[in-house]
Amino acid sequence: MKLAWRELIRRPSRFLTAGMALTLIVLLLLVLGGILDALIQSSTGLLKAQSAPLIVYSADSKGSIDRSRVTAAQHDAIAAVPGVHEATGLGIALLAGHIDGREEPSDVAVFGYEAANRLVPTPPAPGQGYADRSLEGDGLAVGDTIELGTARTPVEVIGWVSGTDYNLQKGLWVDAATWRDALNANIPDAAVAPGTFQAVLVTPEEGVAPADLAGTIDGAVPSVTTLTIDEAIAGVPGVAEQQSVFTSIIGTTFAVAGIVVALFFALLTIERIGLLGVLKAIGASSRTLAAGLTLQALLIAAGALALGGVLAVGLAQVIPDAVPLTLSSSRFVFTAVGLVISALIGSAISFRRIIRIDPASAVGGA
Amino acid sequence: MSALDMHDVRKTYGSGDNEVVALDHATLTVGDDEMIALVGPSGSGKTTLLSIAGGLLSPTDGEVVVGPHHLRDYSRKELTRFRREFVGFVFQGANLVPFLTAKENLLVVADVAGKRGKDIERRAETLLEELGLGQRMKNTPPQLSGGERQRVAIGRALMNEPELVLFDEPTSALDSKLGEQVMELIRSEVKGRGTAAIVVTHDTRMTHFADRIVEIQDGRLAA
Repeated sequence: MKLAWRELIRRPSRFLTAGMALTLIVLLLLVLGGILDALIQSSTGLLKAQSAPLIVYSADSKGSIDRSRVTAAQHDAIAAVPGVHEATGLGIALLAGHIDGREEPSDVAVFGYEAANRLVPTPPAPGQGYADRSLEGDGLAVGDTIELGTARTPVEVIGWVSGTDYNLQKGLWVDAATWRDALNANIPDAAVAPGTFQAVLVTPEEGVAPADLAGTIDGAVPSVTTLTIDEAIAGVPGVAEQQSVFTSIIGTTFAVAGIVVALFFALLTIERIGLLGVLKAIGASSRTLAAGLTLQALLIAAGALALGGVLAVGLAQVIPDAVPLTLSSSRFVFTAVGLVISALIGSAISFRRIIRIDPASAVGGA
Repeated sequence: MSALDMHDVRKTYGSGDNEVVALDHATLTVGDDEMIALVGPSGSGKTTLLSIAGGLLSPTDGEVVVGPHHLRDYSRKELTRFRREFVGFVFQGANLVPFLTAKENLLVVADVAGKRGKDIERRAETLLEELGLGQRMKNTPPQLSGGERQRVAIGRALMNEPELVLFDEPTSALDSKLGEQVMELIRSEVKGRGTAAIVVTHDTRMTHFADRIVEIQDGRLAA
C-alpha cells in the first residue's frame, strides 16, 4: 500500500491522464445531476413542500392536479373519513404575472391554500401573497404588487418562500379566495365554484398508515383518487420523462468512468508487469498488489471528485440564470458513491492480470 | 543441516512428444555458509534451477528442501511467504523500484511482509552503510550508477536475513572491474553473515569468488 501511495505522489504525471478524464467526468455528472435536480425541483416544488403525506384528486383527473376538481361536498366527505386528521384544499392557476418595471410578464403558478406546510406559513390575508425566491430574479421585491393575468388581479407580496415552483412556473402562495378570484377572472373556462379546489391534502391521525387511509378514502368518497405525495410527484407532466432521460445519461457516464479506470489500470499493469513480477518474487502477494492498485484508483477518484466539485461550483457561479442548475450535497454524495463504485469495478478488471503474473518471470530477464 | 538440498529434481514443460526437459534429475546440496557458482550456457537450465531453489517454480518431480522447508508440500501462498521470509533474490539489472530511494527499496521487503518500525529502518540504513551507500540512501535508482544499483539490490536481498541468497547474473550489466568489485562485495556479505548463496553466471572470470563451481548443461548437473 505504501508503495502504491509513493508511486502516486512521486509520479503524479503518470496518473494525470486518468485524473483529468475522471475530473471532467465528475464535472459532467455534477452538472447533469444539478440540471436534473433543478428541473425536478422547478416542476414539483409545490408537492415536495407539503407536509401532508396524501393528496386527493378527482377520479377523472388521471393523476394530474391540473385536470382535477374536488367539490366542496367531496372535501367535506374526505374530512369525515375515519382516520383523517386534517383535509385542506389546494388550487393552482398558471397565469402571467406582471411586475412593475418589467416588460415581459413572468410565468407564475398561483397556489390557493388553506394550511401551512413545510415551506410556507399559514395563508396570508386576501389580496396578499408569499412569492417564491425564483421571482426575485425577475425583479420582484417584498412590498411590490404583482398583477395576474389579463384581468390584472393584484397580489401584494409580503414575504419570500423557496423551492416551491410547479411545472417550471414560479410559485405565488395566496389564500383560497384570492386564488379562486384570480382563476375565475382570468380563465373563465376553468372557473370553479365556491368551496371547490383542485386537490385536497390529507394528514392522517396518529397511528394511521397513509397507504391504508388512501384506500379507505377511495372506498368512502365517490369519484376521487388518493395518491401519496411521491405518486403525485411522479404524475407531474414531464417529470418521469426528465428523470428517465437524465438517469440514462448519468448511468452511461458512470459506466464511462468505470471504463476509463479499467483501461488506464489495464495499460498501467501491462506497462509495469516486470516490476510486479519482481515484487511477487520477493514475496508480495497478489492481494497486496491488487490492494495497492485499488488504493491508487480510489485516490485518483477522490482527487477527481474534489477538483470536479470545485469546477462545478465555479461553473454554477458563472452560468446564466436561465439555465436551471442546483448543486446539492446529496447530489455530490450520490456522484461520489457512484464514482467510487465505478473506480472499484474498473480497477478490479486488472486483478486477474495481476494474479496471473508469474513471479518466476523476474528471473532470467534481460 | 544444509541450506539447500535438491534431490533428483525434474522440471518439464508440455507433455508427450512436445515435452521439454528444463531440469533433468538434478541433485545439489549447498552448505550453510557455502557460496557456489552455477555456470552453463544459455538454455542449460540455470534459471530453472535457481527459480526452483527460490520457490518461484515448483518441480515436476523430486525433493527441494531449504533449511527446514520442504517446498514440494507448499501451496502457492506458502511459497510466497517462504520467499518473503527466507530467501533473498538479486536479479539481472538490479530491478529496483524506480520511484523509491535506495533505502525505501530495502524497506519494500519489510513492507510486503507488513513489518514496520525504527528497527527495520535502522537495519536498512546499516546495510546500505556496509555496502558503501551511506551517502546515497535518499537517491533513487536513476540517480545511481550501475554498480550502486546492484549494491542496493544486494542490500534488498539481505534485508530479511535470508537463509539462502540467489543471484541471477549479478554482473551481466557491469564492466569487468565493476563486476569484480560487486562479486567481492557479495562474497564478503554472504560470508560475513554465514548465509548460503548460489550465483548464476556465465562469466568464468567471476567464478573464482565462489567456494565451488557447479556446471549445468542440457538440464543436467555435472557430476
